[in-house]
Order: sequence, then structure tokens, then C-alpha cells
Amino acid sequence: MTDKTANLANLDKEGLSLKSVSLWQITWRRLFKRKSALLGLGILIVLVFIALTAQWISPYDPYQVLIGIEDVDMRQAPCIHLLGCPKDQPQHIMGIDGNVRDQFSRLLYGTRLSLMVGLTTVSFAIIIGTILGALSGYFGGWVDNTIMRVMDVLLAFPSLLLAIAIVTVLGPGLINALLAIGIVSIPAYARVVRSSVLSVREMDYVSATRALGGNNFDILFKRIMPNALTPLIVQGTLGIATAILDAAALSFLGLGAQPPTPEWGQMLSAERNQVFTAPHLVFYPGFAIMTTVLAFNLLGDGLRDALDPRLAHTSK
Amino acid sequence: MIQYITRRMFMAIPVLFGILLVTFALARLIPGDPCRAILGEKATDAVCERFIHERGLDKPIPVQFGVYLKEIIRGDFGRSIRYSLPVTRLLVERLPTTVELSFAALTLSLIIGIPLGIISAVRHNSWIDVLTMMWANAGVSMPVFWLGLMLAYIFSLVLKDTPFWLPPSGRVSPGISTAAFYDVWGLSVYGQGLGVAILNFLSRLNILNAILSGNWKLLGDSIKHLILPAVALSTIPMALIARMTRSSMLEVLGQDYIRTARAKGLAKRMVILKHAFRNSLLPLVTVIGLSLGSLLGGAVLTETIFGLSGLGRTLYDAITARDYVIVQSFTVVIAIFFVILNLIVDVSYAYLDPRIKLD
Amino acid sequence: MACETHLTRVWLILVSNEVERVVTKNNAAPLLEIKHLKTHFFTEDGVVRAVDGVDLQVFPGEVVGLVGESGCGKSVTSLSIMQLISAPGKIVAGEITFEGQNLLELSEKEMMKIRGDRISMIFQQPQTSLNPVFQAGDQVAEVFRIHQKLQDEEAWEQAVELFRMVGIPAPERRAKSYPHEMSGGMAQRVMIAMALALRPNLLVADEPTTALDVTIQAQIIQLIQDLRKEVGAAVILITHDLGVVAEMAERVAVMYAGQIVEMTDVISLFDKTFHPYTQGLIGSIPVLGKVKERLEVIPGSVPNLVDLPPGCRFAPRCRARMEYGLDLCTKVEPQLIEYQPGHQVRCWLYQDTEEYKAPLKDRG
Repeated sequence: MTDKTANLANLDKEGLSLKSVSLWQITWRRLFKRKSALLGLGILIVLVFIALTAQWISPYDPYQVLIGIEDVDMRQAPCIHLLGCPKDQPQHIMGIDGNVRDQFSRLLYGTRLSLMVGLTTVSFAIIIGTILGALSGYFGGWVDNTIMRVMDVLLAFPSLLLAIAIVTVLGPGLINALLAIGIVSIPAYARVVRSSVLSVREMDYVSATRALGGNNFDILFKRIMPNALTPLIVQGTLGIATAILDAAALSFLGLGAQPPTPEWGQMLSAERNQVFTAPHLVFYPGFAIMTTVLAFNLLGDGLRDALDPRLAHTSK
Repeated sequence: MIQYITRRMFMAIPVLFGILLVTFALARLIPGDPCRAILGEKATDAVCERFIHERGLDKPIPVQFGVYLKEIIRGDFGRSIRYSLPVTRLLVERLPTTVELSFAALTLSLIIGIPLGIISAVRHNSWIDVLTMMWANAGVSMPVFWLGLMLAYIFSLVLKDTPFWLPPSGRVSPGISTAAFYDVWGLSVYGQGLGVAILNFLSRLNILNAILSGNWKLLGDSIKHLILPAVALSTIPMALIARMTRSSMLEVLGQDYIRTARAKGLAKRMVILKHAFRNSLLPLVTVIGLSLGSLLGGAVLTETIFGLSGLGRTLYDAITARDYVIVQSFTVVIAIFFVILNLIVDVSYAYLDPRIKLD
Repeated sequence: MACETHLTRVWLILVSNEVERVVTKNNAAPLLEIKHLKTHFFTEDGVVRAVDGVDLQVFPGEVVGLVGESGCGKSVTSLSIMQLISAPGKIVAGEITFEGQNLLELSEKEMMKIRGDRISMIFQQPQTSLNPVFQAGDQVAEVFRIHQKLQDEEAWEQAVELFRMVGIPAPERRAKSYPHEMSGGMAQRVMIAMALALRPNLLVADEPTTALDVTIQAQIIQLIQDLRKEVGAAVILITHDLGVVAEMAERVAVMYAGQIVEMTDVISLFDKTFHPYTQGLIGSIPVLGKVKERLEVIPGSVPNLVDLPPGCRFAPRCRARMEYGLDLCTKVEPQLIEYQPGHQVRCWLYQDTEEYKAPLKDRG
């Protein structure tokens, strides 16, 4: 028992001293031990594959209205040949939407948009958040005070509500929705970076660099930032999940992606009054959102556990 | 203790000020002519000129902000063009629905989330733990609006003509009396005072009103209407709370003082409920505070789906109608609520942890 | 450092305490008798044999020291007595007889009645061993509420009385303070008060002074000594500090890798140790007046308890094995035998083998 923890402790020490290579190896090894994280990673790989190949694997053009092309009705239920749908009818495995388009193809294209939404908002928030957090943590004093009070104010709003307010002002649309979600998630990253900067700033090797006459920004970016990377990766992965969820919510409220864009939240919103008559049009887009968000959540949790040496002790 | 509370309250003031500044700035950032943004495109130049002058929009920005502050402190949030009503009236009218819904959802997420979290921690790695965590992971990933629609589909359509049927929208069925309890009691309540407003507010909380007036039909009906939206809204906070309870319980159960309590001869159940739970409450309270944010945000979506005319639904309608006055003032009100709720959370934190007073 | 005078101090203590010590009590029935205790931990990496066949007797009123490096199974032995081993650990074999009852056969409910009442325990980290959110007095009073069903007020008064007994100044006020407002020494006094509240027959002290300042250590040892006499409790003293053992214990068991390797009275422990491991332990204490180039160090480290070497567990690190060139050590496990009256040792140097009819050491 003690032996095992001792071994893990040794591993951690190695990980820190040898820097990136072994730390990443250990993280991978730990990550692979967690079934849920692997599931998340697996789903994500499939989603990325779909996003990259959407134009080839989609049976139809997502914008193509099928009136006059195929003999299908508006909001027709799914027809899957394998499940006994007559072979003479065209196959639409997720049915036909309110504008007589193939829902499956729209859903596949939606993957692209969803991943893009997650990545762009989080990248935006990470960049701004990192700059603010680093300045705040490194310079302290009034810089720190000003930045962190602004972050406090942003955090004082329920995040979805602030995003709604921002988009209402900027005007509905996907880009504005992304911007709003990005702005709303800045404080989380700023706080993460600030606290790692604060914890690293006083460490001996940073003081040593300073004593050797390294300049401020050199120290900041070469010495401190690598240490903030770990918490940022975890926070970022979980942040993508929230961003996708919030973007879908904004689209649902009519503030995000506009028709005819194949965006899941928008697709669901367009058909929400038809839930009793054509439930498949509500079920599939929502399920797609949940699966994608779940993948990022599982992966993020797994990464956090794998990167947090403290958790090694819970197996005791 | 009192000193701590006062200090926390003073710390909240700059945040409140910041909230007002942000919403004020947002309103000024509306692209184009503020008059037409508020009154609509059809407003004539003459009308606009008068409007701008009346609202002081021709004065310098700091003065405008001063005026805005003064109005908010007086409780005047302006007038909604769409409803041609003062926003304050609208707030008082619609708040009870949201309060009832959020309260029900929070209660639900606490009474289910906490025990589930405790059981998962105590039976770490058992099937119940695995199931709870799978469910919790799905829960935090679920779009509220989708869950709401699916619940409505299942309980209102699939289970139609069974005893499990639940209404898909509204707060009460038509034909059921919602007479205020004070009327039932035979009190004559009229006028404009604060007391009347409070009584009015309470009487609009259907469940409370039903209990106070002994209107059991209304009670049953309201609860039936509340179940689906409350379940939908509670899912995310419930999952967050279950996860947090579990992880903080797991951490606490490994602490030395748990071993001490067992070595004293205390039963395992008592150790968990008294020594461990009390300690794991601390991080839990923080999460409850955070969940309140997702609860308030989620209320917009839930009320929209279930046709409940609360703050959230009104906000949604205002967005669709570009009623900036309502969006702005509701955002302020909800944010202020959120700050106050978090203040309460902070204070209860200090009450729960004797170490906090030192910091 | 204090180390320089350490062994000298040990000797002084031994000599001065000798009068008080009652070395043999073997005629009385043992208060606690552990037989072939095995406590294993079933982890992902394999079965950790933390305690692997421990035999130990404790007689009424005596102090038995349990010594060894960290990870040797001392603490797991003590938690096994209390039956506070939690998953993935499990007591897989053995008997623990206390006052004539086999504790391993008792139900959890019956065991709860014994814990904190007939057997109690104090721990290494006094400050983390107290619950941070309850008042110290309340945590002591809880013992009276559980076992004697006292009402809140009465239990509190008793707790304050105990605070006075363990020498905490201003007990009424101190009982109301929280653990974070106390020093380590004060917290350990509270723990001692809690443990001795119901006058137990056996006190298990797991490294009671390790986490404390040197000056406080002496006070706490004195306190335990005084109180155990007053209460009449036997003590199992778990420590890696031989100084503490010399100060308190009458008999000593040395543990290595989950087994007892040597068991004797405290004087012969320092006077004529048999086991090469114990010799190494004592050799690593600096001695005043003796010029040594360097302190003795036991080479290597504690073996992995999942994958133990065949034969003697100490063999890979054993100097004596190398000196005598004993092949047997790495092949067959030695037994704990009584080599001299009251002095048990687990080592091939002192055992009959098939090859040699007399122990190696006796053949000179």
C-alpha cells in the first residue's frame, strides 16, 4: 500500500524534473486506465472523423429541399431499410425535417459546426483569459485588482444570461453568439492562469532567472506559462463542453445560428412545436448535442484525474 | 461572525456597481439609434427627439449613468414598450412563477443529489456508484431544453390515458380556482403598499397559496404542472451536486478524524452522517451557489418550453420582440438575485467552517 | 543534533527506569493475544501483504513497543486490532483474543462497544485526527455519549474534567475551542483525554510523538506514562523512534516487511540483539564518545510487499548473510523461534536446519 503510493510519488517527481516527455507519458498511461475517459476520447475521435468527412459520408446535401426530387413528405418518420422499411422507399435514417430535407445529413454537418463552436470560443477565451490572468498574477497590485474585479463582475452574472444580454445587443447570429460565450468564459481561464502564475512566481528557479537578469516577459512566457498549461488543458476541455451547450441554448432561443444553417440547437428549435407529431426531429439533434458535450466532459474529467497527482492517493 | 457578514456585504457593493455598469454599457452599445431600438423602427423623428430628451439621452454618458443608478435604486426599471407597462409591475407579476420553479428544482436536486452522492462515496466503485456517475455525467451534458421537450413527449403523449400522465404546459388547468388565500380568509386587501405587494407575491406562489387557503384541488394540480419543468430544470444542478457530494465525501472519508471517530466506537452510519457529511458540506455549499447560476439561466429555457409566464419566458419573448428595456432590466434583476444568493452561500460557509473566521 | 547523545540517553533511561520495570509477567494470562494475523490489501497492482503472520502477546498493565521502518506493517497491525481496516484491506487469517474473546468473531455492533471503551487508540497526527468543525470538548464528550449514554451537559462536564486531567490550562475555555486553534501538543493531549476517558484496558498509541516538537515529545511521553499507571492500561506503543521505546516500553517487538523478526525485553534489545536487522537499526543511532567514521546504514530498501523475495524477507539487505554466505536465506523462510528464554528471533543464524543440527551462531 505505502509502497504503491511511494512508487507513484516517485513517478510524479520524475514527471516534474524530466518535464514534458515523461509527464505526458504518465498522463497518457493514467488516462488509459480510466474507462470513462477512454469512452470520451473514443466518441470524440468519431465526431472529428464525421466533421472532417461530412461532405463524403452524408447521403444528401444538408440544404437540399427534396420536394420534386424524391417521394417524401414533410416531417416523415425515419425509414431504415435494415429495420424493415420497404426497399422501394428512399432511406432516411433520421427522417425528413420540416423543410423536407434529410435530417441525417444535416446532423452530420452539424458536427462540424459544433466542434468549431467549441474550439473557437474556448481558444478565444483562453487567449484573452491567459493574457489577463498572466498580467494579473505577474504584476499584482492595481493591475491585479482591476482585472480581477472586472472578472468578478462577469462571474456575478449567470453565464447564459449574460451571453443572452450580449447577443441581444450585438444582434442575433452565430458569430455574435460565439463572441458572447467567449467573453462569458474568460474569467474561468484568467483565474486558472493567475493562480498558477502566483504559485510559480515565488519558486526558486523563477527567482533565479530573475536574479540572472532575465526580463519580465521572458520569465513570464518561458518559465511560468508551461506550468499553467496543465490546468488550462483540463479547464479548456471542460470549457468546450459548456461552450457547445451554451451555443446550442442560444441557437435554441433564436440568438445563435440562423436557419437554414444545420446547427443542432437551431434544428431543434425550429421543430420544437412538432415534438408531439414528429419527435424524431427533436430527439436526434438534442441527442447529438448531449453526446458531444458528454465526450468533452468525460475526457476533461479523465484528464483532470490523470494530471492531478493528489488523486493517486485515493486508491489507498 | 457579524463582522464577517458585514465585510462580505461591503465586498458585494463594487460587484453590484459593476453589474449596473455592464448592463448600462450594453444598453449604450446597441447599434444604431437608441430611440428606434427602443421604440421601434416606425418612430418618427419628432417622437424620437422628444423621447431622447425625456430620457436624458442627449446628456453626457456619466450623467446618464447617474440617472440610471438613481432610477434603479428607486426601483424604477423603465417602461416596456411591448407591454406598455412599468417593468417593475411585470417583475412583481412574473417573479412568483420563477421563484416557485427554481425553488422546486433546487429542492429536488438537493434531496436527490446529496443522498446519491453520499451513497456513491460510501459504496465507492459499486454498481450504484458507477450508475450514479454515469447518470451524473449524462446529466451535466444534457441540454435542458431537449430534456424538457423529451419529458413532455413521454409524459404528456406516450403516457396519455395512464395515471402517469402529466400536463405539458401551464401552471394550472383551466377551471381551477386560484383565489388568493387572503380572499379565502376574508381579509380585505387593497392599496399600493409594500405589505400588499408581499401578500400579492405570496398568493401567486400557487403551492403556498393552495396550502394557505386549503385549496387541495389547486395544490394537486399545481404540483402536477410543476413536476416536469422542475425535473428538467433540476437535472444539471442535481448532477453537479451529486458529483461534488461524492468527491468531497470520498476525500473526507480518507481523513484522519474519520478514523478517530470510528476508533471512539461510533457507528459507521453516524460517522458518515455526522463527522463526514458535516465536513463535505463545505465544498458542496460552493457548488450549490454555482448551481444557482445554471438554475437561473436554465429557467429561461425551461419556462419557454413549458409555457410558464415567469421571468425567463418574459425574457425570451422580449428577445424575440427586441424589447431591450426588459432584457436589460431583467438581466440586472436576475444578476442582483444571483449576487445576493451567493452572499448567503458565503455566509453559510463561514457558519459551517469554524476555520474561516481566521482568514 | 540531538542524535549525538541519543544512545547515551537511551542507556541512562534504561538504567534509571530499571527499578520500576517488571520485566516478566508470563505467569498471568495475556490481555491481548494475536496469533498468525494476516492483513492483506487487494489492490490493482496485486495483493499487498502488509501484515503477514504476526504473533504478539500483551499482558495486563505492560507497555509493548512495536518498532520498525515505515511501511513495515506496524500501523496496519494496530488498525487490525481495532478492526478499522477498510477496503481494499482485509484481515484474511488469524486470531485476536482480547480478554478471552476473539475479536475477529465479534459482530460490528459488539466491536463498536469495545472500541473507545475497552481498547482505545491515539494517532500520529493529533491535529488532523480531530474533526475540524467540532469543538474539541464536544469530540471528547462524544465518547461519554456513545458508551455511557450520558446527556449532553453531563458528558461536557466530564470532558472538561478530562481536559484538566491531561493538563490543559483553562479547561473550560479550551474545551470550547476548535482543533485549528490548538497547538500539536495540546491536540495530542485532547486525543489522550479522549482515549483514556473510559479507562480502557488497552491503549494503542500509533507514533504518538512523531509529529510533535522535541520538547513537547517528552511531555507527552510523561503524560502517557503517568496516566496509564493511574488508569492501569496496557499500552502497545508503535514507533520508529528507539529513544521513545527505551523510555517507555518493557518488551519490544521489531517488525520487518509485515512480520515480527525479533521480540525481547527492552534491556536485551539494546544489550544483545540477535537479528541482523535490529542490529542495523541500533547501529544507525549515533553514540556519544565513540568515534565512528560513519554511521551504519542498512543497505537497500524495504521490499515491495506485493512481490516478496522467497526465503527471509530481509535477506537481500542482510550483511550477515553475505558474511556467512548462507544460501538458505534466499530460499526458505525462517520461523520466529525462542532462541533464549523470553527472546525470540526470526533468522537462520539461530535456527536448526536440516544440514546443520545446531544453529550457526552456536557453532562459533
